[in-house]
Amino acid sequence: MTDIQDQTPAAGAQNQPQAAANAGKPAAPAAAAVKPAAKAQPEAPAQPAENQIEPRFVEPSALHAEMKRLRDEEKMDFLECLTGLDWQEEGLGVVYNLESTATGRRAYLKTATTDRENPLLPSVSDLWDIANIYEREVYDFYGIKFTGHPDMRRIYLREDWVGYPFRKDDDPLKENPLRMTNEPLADVTETLTLNADGTVTRGENRIFGDGDYVVNIGPQHPSTHGVLHFRVSLDGERIRKIDPVLGYIHRGIEKMNESLTYPQTLALTDRLDYLGAMQNRHALCMCIEKAMGLEVSDRVQVIRTIMDELQRIDSHILYFSCLCQDLGATTAFLYGFRDREKILDIFEETCGGRLILNYNTIGGVMADIHPNFQKRVKEFIPYMRKNLQEYHDIFTGNVIFQNRSKGVGVLTKEQCISFGCTGGTGRAAGWHNDVRKRMPYAAYDKVKFNEITRTEGDSFARYMVRMDEILESLNIIEQLIDNIPEGPFQAKTKPIIKVPAGTYYSAVEGSRGEFGVFLESKGDKSPYRLHYRATGLPLVAAMDTACRNSLIADLITIGGTLDYVVPDIDR
Amino acid sequence: MFDFSIISSWLHGLLTGFMPEWAAILTESILVALVIITLYAIFAIVLIYMERKVCAFFQCRLGPMRVGPFGTLQVFSDVFKMLTKEIINLRGTDLFLHNLAPFLVVMASMITFACLPWNVGAQIIDFNVGIFFFLAVSSIGVVGILLAGWSSNNKYSLIGAMRSGAQIISYELSIGMTMLTMICLTGTMSFSEICQQQYAEGWNIFRGHLPAVIAFILYLIAGNAECNRGPFDLPESESELTAGYHTEYSGMHFGYYYLAEYMNLFICAGMATTVFLGGWAPLHIAGLEGFNGIMDYIPGAVWFIGKTLFVVFLLMWLRWTFPRLRIDQILSLEWKYLVPISMANLILMAIIVSNGLHF
Repeated sequence: MTDIQDQTPAAGAQNQPQAAANAGKPAAPAAAAVKPAAKAQPEAPAQPAENQIEPRFVEPSALHAEMKRLRDEEKMDFLECLTGLDWQEEGLGVVYNLESTATGRRAYLKTATTDRENPLLPSVSDLWDIANIYEREVYDFYGIKFTGHPDMRRIYLREDWVGYPFRKDDDPLKENPLRMTNEPLADVTETLTLNADGTVTRGENRIFGDGDYVVNIGPQHPSTHGVLHFRVSLDGERIRKIDPVLGYIHRGIEKMNESLTYPQTLALTDRLDYLGAMQNRHALCMCIEKAMGLEVSDRVQVIRTIMDELQRIDSHILYFSCLCQDLGATTAFLYGFRDREKILDIFEETCGGRLILNYNTIGGVMADIHPNFQKRVKEFIPYMRKNLQEYHDIFTGNVIFQNRSKGVGVLTKEQCISFGCTGGTGRAAGWHNDVRKRMPYAAYDKVKFNEITRTEGDSFARYMVRMDEILESLNIIEQLIDNIPEGPFQAKTKPIIKVPAGTYYSAVEGSRGEFGVFLESKGDKSPYRLHYRATGLPLVAAMDTACRNSLIADLITIGGTLDYVVPDIDR
Repeated sequence: MFDFSIISSWLHGLLTGFMPEWAAILTESILVALVIITLYAIFAIVLIYMERKVCAFFQCRLGPMRVGPFGTLQVFSDVFKMLTKEIINLRGTDLFLHNLAPFLVVMASMITFACLPWNVGAQIIDFNVGIFFFLAVSSIGVVGILLAGWSSNNKYSLIGAMRSGAQIISYELSIGMTMLTMICLTGTMSFSEICQQQYAEGWNIFRGHLPAVIAFILYLIAGNAECNRGPFDLPESESELTAGYHTEYSGMHFGYYYLAEYMNLFICAGMATTVFLGGWAPLHIAGLEGFNGIMDYIPGAVWFIGKTLFVVFLLMWLRWTFPRLRIDQILSLEWKYLVPISMANLILMAIIVSNGLHF
């Protein structure tokens, strides 16, 4: 046992009256107090923006009990987002977004510690499974150690990285030259346990022992859909444990955003989940627009909705194709690509791009729709309906596919919620999590569509949810394509866009789940902190649970049906 | 029918005219070996081109189109590329076994290739236990695959090789059983006699009716699994094990595996042709003498190759339609379904033959 800190986290938090005072007051004036020199602050809207959140401050010592109470008594069973922040004088902290899947009530909490040398906060990874990987991310970026967390390893950066790059006083370039050695991958990690008397016990947690037969699936592997690396411990062909190693294409997009102006940050969202480029950028634009109180025309809302749905179809077709390819059905793979081309052609005409679309802007879209747009889309709808049947003929009904996917990789509804596996994965287990229904945005409240859910939670259900969602998306587009209202495609904005001080959260239904944007602004022309709720990270986090005791071949099926995209995970 | 033995006996007579008997036989053996190797290479190229085109048409594509008319020279350029590539020996591999393994695979497939009856009298390896010999030699290939996996010092290769071992050895059982079923009908194991018999009495698949059709289907499934082709391509299953047992091979060593895979497909189809579809025997319909006479004008080699390529096409169709099975499913398919069915089929055939119920 080692006493590594003379101050308990609780005592640390008492030294920050300002942060504690924050809890009661709206965030905007408190944030302004931090930066009194900001004269050029834009005038705050009369009432708080509709996506503004005011996290309630909880002392670190009381956090775990409060979280447990929220989860057990108020049924806040969905940890939507966990964001690390550096409030400088007010300390390093975390903002938690919670939601009750039963009632839809939401809660926002935050906690902080002023100890920058050895910041300790209590872990909530025992309450929500997904907190495990989120807290590792916060540790990686801010150096906050979570007591009670089983696996305090870096997640994106190299294990021999020096410093914590998201701290405002960190200089990553100074101590991190380009290293020519291979990244060390530890088999042993540390766990910290907070004792009743405030001391901390350091423990060891062994990920893989000497007797484990560990096979590396990735980072270069045909079925990981990108540079994802699973260390898989095998017993014959059976999987005993999976340890995902992330960060091979970590680009520090969130860090870059802190030095970019708001219009510049848009360029990076397309490079997160490239199969949800429209939706990602939509989320960020929407977050900024709502925070600024900027009205967007109905025309833009409808165009954005159509584009989002086209993007969703595009993503689901690619999902189908890649799943077929992974399972060895190469013909079905090309059927998918044949149809995806049509959507990319439609995108290309209007946006100029096929993958990186750069279409949404703050206050509108980059260009009005192409004159051919409506005609092409109307041709596409019946074409796609017909070809979807072809997919079912060649692949869905195939007995080999059914045997390989039914009952494979079951994630129950509770597990999906605990892991935050939104999108098709959660819906396959019966969790109604569609953001389009939960918190309607754009034109989704004007159209009729069904939220596809199933109850099995296995790979086949996940697959069928996507297939049926293609039809629903076609229905949505069909309802809107003839009713695009007239109006400007771009709202007038100031030459320099500044977001009023405050904390904001907006979410859209991405191609593979809830894509959220967490924005903390100090009133400057660039964000103080911009965090994306990745859609793929919860899916990768759930891999270990879904794959335990399955065969290697099932890992491919499960990975394929969970449908993660790596740039979105690594950011 | 055109009898190829006219040419071979003429050649023999010519050679013994100016050299002793042993030298003539030696020369003939060398000539035959050269012909076999050439044919082997030519058919591999034909098959690879065919696979690429067939697969392309299944997938709404055109396939190779750039090199030569309709991409016909594509495969040749691929072969030359492969010949010029460096053979890389990796650190930590068992060098001797690593280099030996591809030769074992290609040797097994070449010897089985020599068993095929091409025409009347055009038969290289032909003796009274022909089918037995064929089954025995074709099993050498799996040794090469296991060695490749073991000597590569790569976990993927090892898993691929173990899968392959489990799969091929299991499916050999079905192949043996279906062959036994047909031997029950033919009463001989010699390939030339089997073909001669089918020329005289009709193809085995018609003669043996129900059990023969069942055996044919079982043979196609098991034979496909023997060739490690989709949906049974688990040993190399690209999306799981990158390339399975031949992950660590490069250049022509990889080329041998590639060659052997395609030739095993051809051999598997050729054996199906020989045993079930009459080998070089033309299609005869009882009672239609004129039709049968015309059919007899088509040389036996054309019949044999045509029928073989038809079976190859069936197997390609299968491959490009189905997704891959999982290892436990592959083994349960064999042990729970194919083996019992083929056993029952053997008994059925025995009853039919003993009661003279076949045609």
